[in-house]
Amino acid sequence: MEFDPAHVVGTGGAVGALLRQYVDHLVDVDEFPLGTLTVNVLGTFLLGFVTFLGVDSTTLLLLGTGVCGSFTTFSSFSVQTVRLWETGDRLRAVGNATLNLLGAGLALAVAWGLVRIVG
Amino acid sequence: MSEVTRHPLVRLESLALVAIGGFAGSNLRYFAALVLPGLAGTLAVNVVGSFALGFVLYERLYSGLLAKETRVVVSTGFLSSFTTYSTFALQSAQAPPLWLVVNVVANYTLGFSAVLLGRYVARLAEKRWSQ
Repeated sequence: MEFDPAHVVGTGGAVGALLRQYVDHLVDVDEFPLGTLTVNVLGTFLLGFVTFLGVDSTTLLLLGTGVCGSFTTFSSFSVQTVRLWETGDRLRAVGNATLNLLGAGLALAVAWGLVRIVG
Repeated sequence: MSEVTRHPLVRLESLALVAIGGFAGSNLRYFAALVLPGLAGTLAVNVVGSFALGFVLYERLYSGLLAKETRVVVSTGFLSSFTTYSTFALQSAQAPPLWLVVNVVANYTLGFSAVLLGRYVARLAEKRWSQ
């Protein structure tokens, strides 16, 4: 059965956005954008996992481009980092920028290692 | 989202708006990746999305004219789904070492600058129409 790529990506995107809102709500703290960090690390892990596993193109569109693409976010990350910096929390701003990058890198390494074991 | 009332219909409305925004945002990102494949397309959506979210956020702080429902569909739904961190991270990791550094620096500096530009435009708009 053939699916329109736009429908596949859009459906995954809607699910990813809802999951992001849910996780963001779940780990909400006042002092630090922990929710965005969490979705970015988890979403990068899943994208790395399905990519390294070599799933078929429709599954990659649904889970990778759709779900993971929408679940993770760059705009919230950049806005929150700038807000931390300009409200005087410069250490937290730098920490947020660094942790997102290191967390995502680590998530990809774990995903790669996992695929080597199970794949 | 703490100011949203707990009435089931209000929560359902918010969920529907996020889902619709997510559907549209991911589709536009997919389209951008077809037009601009590789690192450039992801950089473009992240910079444009950061500018737009910066504008929406500071517009709330400066003038607050947009309705709450508009903010939900535009920011949590559309823009957060339009921009992406996972594809940015994976593409960086798969690029040659020099391009990894260039891509990370480009997304971070241009993304943060775009937020500041969004703030500037929101302030400009507030001054222009508040008189």
